[in-house]
Amino acid sequence: MAAMIEATGLVKHYGAVVALDGIDLAVDRGKVVGLLGPNGAGKTTAVSILTTLVRPDAGTARVAGADVIDQPGEVRKRIGLSGQYAAVDEHLTGRENLEMIGRLHRLGKDPSRRRARELLQRFDLVDAANRPVKTYSGGMRRRLDLAGALVAESPVLFLDEPTTGLDPRSRTELWTIIRNLVQRGTTLLLTTQYLEEADQLADEIVVIDHGRIIAQGTSDELKSMVGGERIEVTMDEPDSLDGARIVLESHAVGEVQTEERLRKLIAPISGGAAVLTAVLRGLDAAGLAISDVSLRRPTLDDVFLTLTGHHAEPTADEMATELEPTGAMS
Amino acid sequence: MTEMLASLGDAAVIAKRNVIKIKRVPEVLVFVLISPILFVLLFAYVFGSAIQIPGGSYREFLIAGIFAQTVVFGATFTGAGLAEDMQKGIIDRFRSLPMSRSAVVVGRTASDVIYTVLSLLIMGGTGLIVGWRIRSGVVDALIGFVLLLLFAYAFSWVMAYVGLLVPSVEVINNASFIVIFPLTFIANTFVPSENLPGPLRTFAEWNPVSAVTQATRELFGNIPPGTPPPDVWPLANPVWYTLIWIVVIIAVFAPLAVARYRKAKQRA
Repeated sequence: MAAMIEATGLVKHYGAVVALDGIDLAVDRGKVVGLLGPNGAGKTTAVSILTTLVRPDAGTARVAGADVIDQPGEVRKRIGLSGQYAAVDEHLTGRENLEMIGRLHRLGKDPSRRRARELLQRFDLVDAANRPVKTYSGGMRRRLDLAGALVAESPVLFLDEPTTGLDPRSRTELWTIIRNLVQRGTTLLLTTQYLEEADQLADEIVVIDHGRIIAQGTSDELKSMVGGERIEVTMDEPDSLDGARIVLESHAVGEVQTEERLRKLIAPISGGAAVLTAVLRGLDAAGLAISDVSLRRPTLDDVFLTLTGHHAEPTADEMATELEPTGAMS
Repeated sequence: MTEMLASLGDAAVIAKRNVIKIKRVPEVLVFVLISPILFVLLFAYVFGSAIQIPGGSYREFLIAGIFAQTVVFGATFTGAGLAEDMQKGIIDRFRSLPMSRSAVVVGRTASDVIYTVLSLLIMGGTGLIVGWRIRSGVVDALIGFVLLLLFAYAFSWVMAYVGLLVPSVEVINNASFIVIFPLTFIANTFVPSENLPGPLRTFAEWNPVSAVTQATRELFGNIPPGTPPPDVWPLANPVWYTLIWIVVIIAVFAPLAVARYRKAKQRA
């Protein structure tokens, strides 16, 4: 199968900041690749280069057979892009936005109209079609933005954090739309900082951090890299965390993590329900009350933690730090 | 040739989009058009009553200056529009589309001509009310208005470039004052340039805003009788001098603005 997106050694600096530090990518026709990483990992920069918005400092890339540096015009004819910040005109109506994009794709007047009508229907925006976008909800804007990326029925699609900032319901809705899309054979590169999203949508996940690829594979492959299962215990009292930790450590096959604010302990184990029972007995014997306990398979967050030593998404502890001025991240 | 037509088509689509916005947010239009009225009234009554010009009416002398100043100020609007598009991220969408690379700026400068035309009409009307009269022929007066329009169009390319350069709409509004105030005040807009001290006088004499003012003043027949003809070339040939500036400004700033648009990316 021909690779629809192929990149070799992409490097991009912004001043002293290294946004991309040598990224290779290959996405076959009809596949969905999820670029997963925390804020500032270089995901948007990678998409910007592949969609010709930014020139790489080094490296080459071809999209749908056209070179992003030498034939940017050809690339633009073959791609659809939906960005992290819904790039629609809020003074235009939904219909006007889509028609404008059709015209700028040079589809012609009537085909642009027809296409706008189809997309408004498909994205459940018919009722709002003639209202200015500024009256839309966040979820509606995202749907319209996504519809905008589909106007030209481009063979390759780039969705940069399509659900960032959406409420859970809108997010699930958008996931359904994206899943239907790829059934039609579109090649899709998707960036996300949500592990669940990559898990749900992507055939292959590329984990990036600090501008480098740190792992790639299917969701199952990545999870098997960290192996085993996880026990999560939430304690009633903060005071009992230390005691509970000692109990968990005696059963764990790796390091036990503590999330103090959530009064939660996470321990990698091997042996499933039998170990869970043993842990509960141990906690009971030590007189430590728990408010919640669960046994689960490792998530991508565990993968991230194992590979990089930090979480993919900010934890409650880190978020609290980020709110302080000195902890602000770009 | 086909590509050229397609580019113009793209620019027309963008211009149409900008015009829709004018219709949807008429408040902007109202504010943009109040300032010309205000300028005419303030200058006509505050300065117009205080300064005497031998053999002529200072109020009539002022009008061409106010016209020139206002259309130059109006160009800020072009910069603000582009800066807003950058801020909102829609420029990224445009840049990912297979459309002409010049269409966004060409479309913007074209649609903003509407503002200039409206503001000239309104200022003309207000001027007539406060006693300004065209003392030449219809053709001359029309040439005067067209010259102002062309000059405003050229200047909007300067502001288009600045608008794509700055990080936000607020910056463009402040930045433009730094350029526009000296340009429109160190000129013959409100006082005859002969009265200015040494270096300011030279600046005023070669300032294109002076030339466009002088040209319209002559074309409207608002030069007080008995005024000696200017002895510097730009003011003695103000129409030509203005046309040269219009061509030079567009030749320099149109490529700059388009190049800037190609590189523009509001977020890293």
